[in-house]
Amino acid sequence: MLQPDARALRQHLKGPHGAGRYFWGVQGGVALADLAIGTSLGGRAQELAGRSVLLWTRDQCAAALALIELDGLARRIVLCPPDTDVAHLPQIIADGEIDALVSDRDASEVAPLGIALHVGASAAITPIGRAPDGTRRTEWLLLTSGTTGAPKLVGHDLASLTAPIGPGPDRPVWGTFYDIRRYGGLQIFLRAVIGGGSLILSSAGEPVGEHLRRLAARGVTHLSGTPSHWRRALMSPAARMVAPRYVRLSGEIADQTILDHLRAFFPQAAVGHAYASTEAGVGFEVNDGLEGFPATLIGVGGREVDIKIEDGSLQLRSARTASGYVGRGHPALLDADGFVDTGDMVELRGARYYFIGRKGGIINVGGHKVHPEEVEAAINRHPDVWASLARPRRNPITGAVVVADVVLKGASDEVVTFAHAAEVEREIIAICRRHLVPHKVPAAIRFVPSLDVAPSGKILRHA
Amino acid sequence: MSIKLTVISEIERIAGEHRKKLAPLDEKSVLMDTGLDSLCFAVLVARLEDSLGVDPFSTSDNVSFPVTLGDFVRVYEDAAT
Repeated sequence: MLQPDARALRQHLKGPHGAGRYFWGVQGGVALADLAIGTSLGGRAQELAGRSVLLWTRDQCAAALALIELDGLARRIVLCPPDTDVAHLPQIIADGEIDALVSDRDASEVAPLGIALHVGASAAITPIGRAPDGTRRTEWLLLTSGTTGAPKLVGHDLASLTAPIGPGPDRPVWGTFYDIRRYGGLQIFLRAVIGGGSLILSSAGEPVGEHLRRLAARGVTHLSGTPSHWRRALMSPAARMVAPRYVRLSGEIADQTILDHLRAFFPQAAVGHAYASTEAGVGFEVNDGLEGFPATLIGVGGREVDIKIEDGSLQLRSARTASGYVGRGHPALLDADGFVDTGDMVELRGARYYFIGRKGGIINVGGHKVHPEEVEAAINRHPDVWASLARPRRNPITGAVVVADVVLKGASDEVVTFAHAAEVEREIIAICRRHLVPHKVPAAIRFVPSLDVAPSGKILRHA
Repeated sequence: MSIKLTVISEIERIAGEHRKKLAPLDEKSVLMDTGLDSLCFAVLVARLEDSLGVDPFSTSDNVSFPVTLGDFVRVYEDAAT
């Protein structure tokens, strides 16, 4: 097992480690070396020592800088993603036993929360000579990205979050389509800070072409996002401007089609997909260019991540796993043996496991179970298909049938003729019939200009 | 295309996709003897909902499932009026 680095985050920026490194935002860059002798919190970090801090900022760079200042000092950091619903904050504050707020928001937004101590956050660093050094083992609480109800707080610390991070490349310039306040983006933030690199931050609402131009201008070498993020990026002419050495996918099933697209588009890059969740941490990385993962990864004992499969569902146990949900009334995250049930269903074919969908996302067609993701993987084999979403439609005969929304390549800027669509529909059905049993083949296909993508970068699945 | 022709062309298409041997179709053909199975009929109802804009079996409580092809077409004709 990797020995987690016990140093607080700020220690990774000191002395020669900090030189020539930046966080790049839309507004410009912040030199990380400045943080060793400066503050983004108005020099008030010491007031937050031993506190449970709600980190609720508009600006992503302000959150990044505050994380570095707070780790080792605060008792606990609750990291709010940018789209956190204000209506859920009272529950988050109660669950997290919050007694301090770090935020760049206006007093009028902050006052209703009723948190006594408010320290302002900023994306700029002001010098203070010597910043306080913390040695506390700060808890990092991340929010689950559930689509209904209040998010749950998931307990990590720097050791569990950085346990997946091995020796990295020399002075990487990381970029990510994620926000760093979600697990997938936070992994990239930590790789940049601990691995001696720089990081180009995303910006909510920024057109993908502008984002790609910024990534190119700062010389991105390592770039990560969900398959949906990548499909959107590859549809932009500006994708030709970036030339990463490493392309990483996570957060959704990476099917063979998107892996092949990325390998063809970035022939100089290593393309890998990672399996991770906020609760289970990073399970494994797959770098052989193929979808799914080798069956040899499954096993318990004597390995960095113990992996088993129960009732088709992937279960993980490792030093990367969260300690549990924080707050009252939440179900236990770990079973008696310390495993997290991910709810991601896999199927063995030959010597490899393939992801077939979510445990709860099953469509029931006349008593036969269908995972929408396996239908999408078949549809996506068609060379004209860019992305697809399979969903149930109620049906008087079988209870439900599978129908699919399909985005064709060039759908946004070309007129897809009726005749062409009809032909492609027939071809898609034929492909599905070759690869799927009959009840999994879509009964109807609708061509749409785009699919809705959630702030987490994943295709929205609920109806 | 008339509703009847739409229904028959969809049935022929689905039979082809599902590799079912279709019996000759007329008004009196008993649906369950046409060669299509229940999954084919489920697909037929879904396709007709897209082409005709209505699923009469899910939108009304009073529709009993038709026995013959003629009955089936009439359910759609009634729903369309």
